[in-house]
Amino acid sequence: MSERTSLWSDLHKKLFEKNSLILSVGILVTVSIGGIVEIAPLFYLDSTIEEVEGVRPYTPLEQLGRDIYIREGCYNCHSQMIRPLRDEVERYGHYSLAAESMYDHPFQWGSKRTGPDLARVGGKYSDEWHRDHMRAPTSVVPESIMPAYPFLETSELAFENVQANLRTLSLVGVPYEAEHLEAAVSDIETQLDPFAEDYDGFQARYPGAVMRDFDGNPDMVSELDALIAYLQVLGTMVDFSTYEAEADENLR
Amino acid sequence: MTSSQTLQRSGFDINLAAVGLITLLGALWALFAAAFAPDAAMKGQSWLILAGFLTGLLLVVGAIARGGVIVDQSEYNEDLIKAGVIASLFWGAAGLLVGVLIAFQLAFPVLNLDAFGFTSFGRLRPLHTSAVIFAFGGNVLLATSFYVVQRTSRTRIAGGVWPWFVFWGYQFFIVIAASGYLIGITQSQEYAEPEWYADLWLTIVWVAYLLIFLGTLWKRKEPHIYVANWFYLAFIITIAVLHVVNNLAVPVDFFGSRSYPVMAGVQNALTQWWYGHNAVGFFLTAGFLGIMYYFIPKRVHRPVYSYRLSIIHFWSLIFIYIWAGPHHLHYTALPEWAQTLGMTFSIMLWMPSWGGMINGLMTLSGAWDKLRTDPVVRMLVLSVAFYGMSTFEGPVMSVRAVNSLSHYTDWTVGHVHSGALGWVGFVSFGALYCLVPWLWKKKGMFSKALVDWHFWIATFGILLYITSMWVAGIMQGLMWRAYNELGFLEYSFVETVEAMHISYIIRAVGGVLYLAGALIMIYNVYRTIKGDVTETDEAVVPQPALAE
Amino acid sequence: MSDNKLEHDDHTGTATTGHEWDGIKELDTPLPRWWLWIFYATIFWSVIYMIFMPAIPGLPGMSAEGDHTRGLRNHSERANVAAAIEALEASRASGFEALRGASIEEIENDPQLLQFVRAAGESAFGDNCATCHGAGAQGFVGYPNLNDDVWLWGGTYQDIHDTLMYGIRTEHPDTRMSIMPAFGRDELLSNSQIQAVSDHVLSLSGLAEANSEGAEIYAIQCASCHMDDGRGDRMQGAPNLTDGEWLYGSERDQVINIIYRGPYGVMPGWEGRLDDATIDALAAYVFLLGGGEDATARPTGQ
Ligand code: HEC
Ligand code: HEC
Ligand code: HEC
Ligand code: HEM
Ligand code: HEM
Ligand SMILES: [Ca+2]
Ligand SMILES: [Ca+2]
Ligand SMILES: [Cu+2]
Repeated sequence: MSERTSLWSDLHKKLFEKNSLILSVGILVTVSIGGIVEIAPLFYLDSTIEEVEGVRPYTPLEQLGRDIYIREGCYNCHSQMIRPLRDEVERYGHYSLAAESMYDHPFQWGSKRTGPDLARVGGKYSDEWHRDHMRAPTSVVPESIMPAYPFLETSELAFENVQANLRTLSLVGVPYEAEHLEAAVSDIETQLDPFAEDYDGFQARYPGAVMRDFDGNPDMVSELDALIAYLQVLGTMVDFSTYEAEADENLR
Repeated sequence: MTSSQTLQRSGFDINLAAVGLITLLGALWALFAAAFAPDAAMKGQSWLILAGFLTGLLLVVGAIARGGVIVDQSEYNEDLIKAGVIASLFWGAAGLLVGVLIAFQLAFPVLNLDAFGFTSFGRLRPLHTSAVIFAFGGNVLLATSFYVVQRTSRTRIAGGVWPWFVFWGYQFFIVIAASGYLIGITQSQEYAEPEWYADLWLTIVWVAYLLIFLGTLWKRKEPHIYVANWFYLAFIITIAVLHVVNNLAVPVDFFGSRSYPVMAGVQNALTQWWYGHNAVGFFLTAGFLGIMYYFIPKRVHRPVYSYRLSIIHFWSLIFIYIWAGPHHLHYTALPEWAQTLGMTFSIMLWMPSWGGMINGLMTLSGAWDKLRTDPVVRMLVLSVAFYGMSTFEGPVMSVRAVNSLSHYTDWTVGHVHSGALGWVGFVSFGALYCLVPWLWKKKGMFSKALVDWHFWIATFGILLYITSMWVAGIMQGLMWRAYNELGFLEYSFVETVEAMHISYIIRAVGGVLYLAGALIMIYNVYRTIKGDVTETDEAVVPQPALAE
Repeated sequence: MSDNKLEHDDHTGTATTGHEWDGIKELDTPLPRWWLWIFYATIFWSVIYMIFMPAIPGLPGMSAEGDHTRGLRNHSERANVAAAIEALEASRASGFEALRGASIEEIENDPQLLQFVRAAGESAFGDNCATCHGAGAQGFVGYPNLNDDVWLWGGTYQDIHDTLMYGIRTEHPDTRMSIMPAFGRDELLSNSQIQAVSDHVLSLSGLAEANSEGAEIYAIQCASCHMDDGRGDRMQGAPNLTDGEWLYGSERDQVINIIYRGPYGVMPGWEGRLDDATIDALAAYVFLLGGGEDATARPTGQ
């Protein structure tokens, strides 16, 4: 056994253990490398996000529904990320693309599936089913362990300030234009009414958005309206008829 | 020992003025928020924030009235550590209690008490994770790091009133975050859920923490910086970087609760798990390794096993950890090249992690008999063993093929809790059992037998927890991908939910045991502080005062 | 304390580094060999893995195809899953081939095909239909029981198939569509009239006393869909009100509520979400649950 410490431990002793500033800088440099190499390329590599047709910003109602989804912590039990694995594609549908969450601030991919993946739940169920299910999950799925959210249909949706939400999102890169912002508040009510005056304007702003009363109570704009509007749009935006999943640039 | 009257005080100095100013500005902001908040949640919470800042202001005024805070350089600041110990125990019990509650909610969903809304699983789960990691773990780290850095630098903690600012500011952060979750204020990014204003507040507190820690190192009386402090320092610096970057967000309203993160989708995801994984790596690992490096050699009176190993594993650990985040995003829409890096670096992380385990365990060579006689040593050693186990399991789960099964299932939850209950929990309990008699100057704990009970009950609880979650997770993963002989999916999703039921009950029982152990500890600590210590514990050697 | 005073630790025979902090010393034990070698091995393995798999991101400005290394294996999980699903579909192709265009009778008489249809149907039913119709297809209030021979829109193989393809009251142009008015909410009837007609409807299956006011209202407002005798009309999906089976429940309150608000049961259409072969199998599966009608029909449009 050697009586002396090795060369590098001598150096370590003189450099890092003597001076807390050198130690701090050493730590900072050491821990910065990995993060920079991994994160920075996601902003400039073209292959990171697929080119697809159909992905649009959320309507104001869908966006507020998304905020409720976050508020209630649905992401604690539900993922929104279908992996390219045989069973998941069979169970939930086409695997999720990066492009599908490119306007998601924050992303909702999740990390635990206590409940099923919701990435493509849009259109899978009727609004009425969602109503029943949110009111009392066991009324339709007796085995369910999901909490009930009966208060959503009786809570008025606060949307007077939704314009500020959209403006903030446009600041961080969601392509809302001036006309989206101007119409933000009225678009909430427009989307809830299939016979709305501004039908065409709304569809031009949010192509393909579903317009109807979601909570079954036309007299009230409830939080449930917003949440169901959000659930019903999940996974429905990409036009898979024009997307070539197996094209080389989409394989990555 | 000098009586507190004769101790030197700071007077009304620039530090107290600065802290006073911060609380004043905070109170003003809260007042405006109460008046102008656009959302109901913020309107409600602003009063709590106002109350917090006003309390802070009152404390500052009180300190000024007493002639400033004690800054006597001939004494360690032990009151600060005592406060940290008590806060740790309090938040520990609270966090575990919520853990038990949500465990029962998954087994018996009526416990969601749907009519209230704020008691549902989705809101309580982040409350649990934040309470155990940041409130319990964070207070243990604050208390032990302040203790260790003073002792191993042989000097009083730097910064006058600032250590107290950090302590109370951190408690305040916890209260804002936790009450926010209950009323639905969250950013939804796991382990970074608090909203922008809480994040901002934590940034201020954390920078102060860093400066105090560095300041204490600067004025140290020892020529060299002890290894525990390398780990604490890496923890403090890296968490600062992670916290700031992952929480970049634009508030919707300067007086409102809601904000939107700057990043979206895939970039947001990788940044979040760069953060999330390194919250594990630096909060739950580096910081607690700092604890291990001080308390194990201290308690068993043996030298640290290998100085050279500590250097190599320290630098390789902090370098490699940062890269491993993408293992939380295997098979997602994250580009595969990043997944490859995440996987390979996780594999390479195995030995740097085990370097810590080796140094912890082998420090006992020559003192293994203490495992029989000292339950605190037993706790510390088992914690290191669990550390070794979960840092082996982690790299295994990082292998893409394994992760395709384990991801999204309770296997991950089992892995988390073998690290959390076994490593983080036990090393914290061990350190606290050391600190209590030292700080309150007792000959031992009130009851060594109760320490033993704590150890066994909690160990059994951990075993129930992690074995049930392995069974549940692997079963669930296999059921999801099971095909029948004709080539069709065998089970529907709800069938897999039903299959979890028994495991969820067993897990909850495990949680009750673990909580029971912690409550026994709290009782034991209470009796110790109260002065009911009867027996001398030869493992408890009084610690020298600074002046000695 | 002392700097660089090397001491020996008696127990291990190893030197200490000569420092001491608060009574803690360190041994100068060299790195354990096994530890070092495993560490090297993991690094070596990782480098090899990175050579074979996509791993290294490019610098800014590199072309899309070459913006990161693809590795010697040119691995792509997306290509793999496409291949895996193709293989799976190939393994099931013979079964679906036999199902294509087969009548229910042919299915029932071919044990192998029958087993195949049951397996395919059961699997798709569990994740897509059971959430509404129940794990045993027994239904819930508002979601019909599919085991019995009570059908709103018809119970032939073809009827069921159409229902599955286009749904009921969906946005699809071919959807089954008919809307019962919300007599109460839209103020077509007063509350007392609704109570009277509810009693009349309940009386059709002996659950209430008949009353003439109700019968009168019924004849004017309801008979066009539910028919004079209350036996319903499958062309309009109007339920039979005399058979004792109640989609929305048989309690007086439930019936009143339905007439007040007008039922609007939506069954999603599955065209596009499930592939056509799976829908064939599901239709046959539902038919075979026990309530299927007219076993000779085969779905057209295939
Ligand atoms: C405790 C965990 C938990 C929480 C929290 C939770 N869910 Fe669920 N969820 C489940 C489970 C389990 C199922 C499967 C059983 C069922 O359908 O109810 C489910 C099913 C669903 C489904 C049906 C998915 C499908 O394809 O069948 C939807 C939609 C849904 N949840 C939405 C939500 C929303 C929205 C929230 C938040 C407001 C939420 N969930 C919160 C556990 C949870
Ligand atoms: C959103 C809930 C929902 C889902 C999911 C659903 N159904 Fe339905 N289904 C309904 C409702 C509601 C009706 C009754 C519509 C009405 O009132 O006319 C119905 C009606 C039917 C009918 C017609 C019954 C009759 O009496 O004419 C069949 C057959 C059927 N469903 C089969 C299926 C199958 C097979 C699936 C899965 C692929 C499925 N359903 C999924 C809600 C659902
Ligand atoms: C335009 C056609 C139409 C008219 C007029 C009509 N109904 Fe209906 N009724 C339907 C349809 C279609 C359904 C099934 C709706 C569904 O499944 O969602 C239905 C369902 C019902 C049900 C529920 C049956 C069950 O199984 O639970 C009752 C009760 C009922 N109608 C009573 C009446 C009465 C009373 C009137 C007159 C006051 C009336 N209906 C007028 C079409 C009509
Ligand atoms: C070498 C060390 C480790 C590696 C490589 C590792 C790896 C992993 C992997 C692969 C996952 C699963 C990710 C997923 O599929 O979603 C995971 C989850 C997790 N691990 Fe570890 N682990 C290590 C050590 C630890 C330790 C010591 C702890 C201490 C408590 C810990 C805490 C966690 C937590 C909290 C999660 C859950 C994250 C989430 O989804 O919310 N890990 N880890
Ligand atoms: C009484 C003891 C405990 C019980 C009963 C308990 C229970 C739970 C439950 C039920 C969950 C949710 C799992 C799910 O969503 O399926 C959870 C998650 C979690 N707990 Fe605990 N817990 C306990 C102690 C701890 C401790 C001491 C820590 C950390 C120091 C901890 C850290 C976590 C983390 C990080 C998660 C999130 C895991 C993930 O996202 O994968 N828990 N716990
Ligand atoms: Ca998680
Ligand atoms: Ca945050
Ligand atoms: Cu990790």
